[in-house]
Amino acid sequence: MKPFTYERAASPAEAAAAVARTPGAKFIAGGTNLLDLMKLQIEAPTHLIDVNGLALDKIEPTAEGGLRIGALVRNTDLAADARVRRDYALLSRALLAGASGQLRNKATTAGNLLQRTRCPYFYDTNQPCNKRQPGSGCSAIGGFSRQLAVVGHSEACIATNPSDMAVAMRALDAVVETVKADGTTRAIPIAEFHRLPGDTPQIETALEPGELITAVVLPPPIGGTQIYRKVRDRASYAFALVSVAAVVQRDGRGRVALGGVAHKPWRVEAAEAELPRGARPAMAAILADARPTHENAFKVTLAERTLHAVLAEARG
Amino acid sequence: MKFDTPATTNPIDQLKVVGQPLDRIDGRLKTTGQAPYAYEHHDAVRDAAYGYVVGAAIAKGRITSMDTAAARQAPGVLAIVTHENAGPLGKGSMNTAKLLGGPEVDHYHQAIAVVVAETFEQARDAAAQIRVDYAEAEGAFDLAAARDTAKKVNQSASSVGDFEGAFASAPVQLDATYTTPDQSHAMMEPHASIAAWDGDQVVVWTSNQMIDWGAGDLAKTLNMPKEKVRLISPFIGGGFGGKLFLRSDALMAALGARAARRPVKVALQRPLMMNNTTHRPATIQRIRIGTGRDGRITAIGHESWSGDQPDGQPEIAADQTKLLYAGANRLTQLRLAVLDLPEGNAMRAPGEAPGLMALEIAMDEMAEKLGMDPVEFRVINDTQVDPNDPSRPFSQRQLVECLRIGAERFGWSRRNAQPGQAREGRWLTGMGVAAAFRNNLVMKSGARVRLDSRGEVTVETDMTDIGTGSYTIIAQTAAEMMGVGIDKVTVRLGDSSFPVSAGSGGQWGANSSTAGVYAACVKLREAVARKLGFNSAEAVFTDGQVRSGNRIVPLAEAAGRDGIVVEDSIEFGDLSKRYQQSTFGSHFVEVAVDAATGEVRIRRMLAVCAAGRILNPKTARSQVIGAMTMGVGAALMEELAVDKRRGFFVNHDLASYEVPVHADIPHQEVVFLDETDPVSSPMKAKGVGELGLCGVGAAIANAIYNATGVRVRDYPITLDKYLDRLPELA
Repeated sequence: MKPFTYERAASPAEAAAAVARTPGAKFIAGGTNLLDLMKLQIEAPTHLIDVNGLALDKIEPTAEGGLRIGALVRNTDLAADARVRRDYALLSRALLAGASGQLRNKATTAGNLLQRTRCPYFYDTNQPCNKRQPGSGCSAIGGFSRQLAVVGHSEACIATNPSDMAVAMRALDAVVETVKADGTTRAIPIAEFHRLPGDTPQIETALEPGELITAVVLPPPIGGTQIYRKVRDRASYAFALVSVAAVVQRDGRGRVALGGVAHKPWRVEAAEAELPRGARPAMAAILADARPTHENAFKVTLAERTLHAVLAEARG
Repeated sequence: MKFDTPATTNPIDQLKVVGQPLDRIDGRLKTTGQAPYAYEHHDAVRDAAYGYVVGAAIAKGRITSMDTAAARQAPGVLAIVTHENAGPLGKGSMNTAKLLGGPEVDHYHQAIAVVVAETFEQARDAAAQIRVDYAEAEGAFDLAAARDTAKKVNQSASSVGDFEGAFASAPVQLDATYTTPDQSHAMMEPHASIAAWDGDQVVVWTSNQMIDWGAGDLAKTLNMPKEKVRLISPFIGGGFGGKLFLRSDALMAALGARAARRPVKVALQRPLMMNNTTHRPATIQRIRIGTGRDGRITAIGHESWSGDQPDGQPEIAADQTKLLYAGANRLTQLRLAVLDLPEGNAMRAPGEAPGLMALEIAMDEMAEKLGMDPVEFRVINDTQVDPNDPSRPFSQRQLVECLRIGAERFGWSRRNAQPGQAREGRWLTGMGVAAAFRNNLVMKSGARVRLDSRGEVTVETDMTDIGTGSYTIIAQTAAEMMGVGIDKVTVRLGDSSFPVSAGSGGQWGANSSTAGVYAACVKLREAVARKLGFNSAEAVFTDGQVRSGNRIVPLAEAAGRDGIVVEDSIEFGDLSKRYQQSTFGSHFVEVAVDAATGEVRIRRMLAVCAAGRILNPKTARSQVIGAMTMGVGAALMEELAVDKRRGFFVNHDLASYEVPVHADIPHQEVVFLDETDPVSSPMKAKGVGELGLCGVGAAIANAIYNATGVRVRDYPITLDKYLDRLPELA
């Protein structure tokens, strides 16, 4: 860990301004990912701005009938919120499928959206990694790629996004609210929030330098049967091989987002028209652009079979 | 004491204390955080500096330059030791690869430097500032690719009758190949040591299963007399064979402390654990079994390939096949390839654990070919003598009883022999069985016992407690022998200044170390009797007193003001040559497999063990359920993933090297058969800590087959290996 300086921010706008004017500065909230990465010197901020005191820890109804989730709402609290459990069960289930109780107690909503990949080559500083050290190459391509991306990846990076929560947010069409260093605010649809790796895998989100997430807004409830199904190598405390977040309406129409397959939560809205026809045509459309490796080709089959199980469960 | 004839009745047979399910005597210390582990001897060493180990960034090659200038100038840095300034070092007799690499690099994350600083964070930060240039060399990292280069290991090969001929002519045949992956011990406490020098002597607080081996190899590596090295390891947070040997933590702490002229503590960083230390090597195993139509084995052959560093050791995965089943024509053969992966070495039940993962699937496959029940197939191929040498009987062998009792208790008769037929909603369900087998090894073991003026007994031995319960069973042994309550016994372990014990490995520790304590207590009883003028053969030790005829003397009085101290060891004669000593068991498992996703959930597990006298049913049960849990990991998830281009284990942390979590482990039941084995030791006990692992993986594999009809011969059995063979979804 590199020596760093530390301050507590007084307001979201001041926090954003402070990060923007201090080279090498980062926000810290729950720290469940950042501190690990700092110990390994994968992240080496020179200055940390602690946003935990910013009173962004409320869940409030919006005028439109949705929910505004403060950036600092802990994963445990969000999963347990009665309104979330009633109207956005998908989100609650996705949160509880992730990490452990201890981590969920610390991890925040905004931090969850910003957690970095678990690609093992990203984590080993002896290995080339374009995400960790742009231009050094990707050692995962051609290496141990069983857990890695099958769709949307590039010649520069085949990492996956590890979040469960974000997959549910994607299916629910959440909107990320931010404040920029100049004090202006904006709302970023979740579909545009996470990026594909392209030639710049080190840039993972649409956030500008210094831009701070203040809340995540859920649109009004859409009903339906909401299922988050996470498939992994052990029963708990593991990242998804494939996860399926689905909202299925009585008429068979619905929404599907996938975790564990891409650099971001993977959703292809155009493919959802196939859902009433079943898992096979729907997944064929969702993963039409899949280019798996020899080691992770099973994820394509697994995604289809998991969706099949989810649709069966939704039918009851 | 020489043990060369089978035991007769002795004071242990009273079973007032031994054999009772007593709580661990060290449990309170551990649950209240008062048991100091290797990194925590703050009271003994108050001013330790912190060492941080730098691992090699390549798998094979040569360091062409090391620039430590910036690191030496970093805040708090006290010393940096590399091959350039460490001075001449030897190599431990138990080590294959050097513990301090450079300029040659033998494997990834081989230690190449230790940075010592005032704080851990300073040491870590400075370590990252060391610049190393390498000249990489080509290496061999792929066992399958190196298979044809593997050399026969002849000292362990066996051949009886005409295997090839008998197999070729057998009416029913199986010829199948199985693989097991590299596995990591992944124990909770990493390798850790604190070293403090006093002149030319060094004391190392460490975490080590075999104190005498460790002290000897540290002395050898540092080119100093063994008498000048003291190892202290009272508590060990798991070892599983990974701490049998001197490892880099202890060496780097000693080198760092010598250079910094300060005590130094080193804990291997978790990301170094998988590649810096040892692992269980991967195997490729070919098994051929031929039987008559009646199911009797006429030919059984087991060949295994594994790899290791140059001059390394094979994984002895074929050895149990010499002994487990009958059959007139037999073959076992190991082959060893040179690989440049990290050093392979012992992990819990080396040999049998991976060997039975293969053999016991093969037995299941063979039973199916024969249309026989897998339990019955094993029962009719039982043998009560060593099939290689029928003049050697097993000292005890209750494999058939383990299978029969297990089948009865588990409800085996409810298993549908036709695979893929049992279904509950989304779940395909199935049951599997495997035999458990592990040889019973015995090792010379010594102890010192003191009877003091309060009538209390203190036992000192360099035996270790790796979470197994050694403290407790040793206290039980001394209490039984001296006729005192367990609360009157103090046990001190894990110090090289104590008599050399068997140590903890190969499941020999419990039986051998308590037998050593037995020997010392016999001597102490004689000393007490002699002092009192009693005939020692007639003296009775009970209730804190010694009695002979009408005379009754409290032990406190007998000890006198100065107490009585004796020392002895148990040495084993040739009984293990005359008898085959092994431990036996059966594992029964029920699984459910998600018909859509292939996820496996284990529903029930049962182990039935026949392993001699069980010294403490509570700690023994803990050993077996822990081993069963390890078997779940081996069956379903544990694998060190090899990057065959870059030559290292990629998943080198506990997030990516998955072991079972609580949610993976169902109801576990353990049954110990009532057994005493007078051939094994005066304790009539045998090992059980490794037996519990042997066969578990295959029982799970067989249950998955029974549930799905899909046979997977490559461990771990992850869903990617059979998903496309599951039934089509409706």
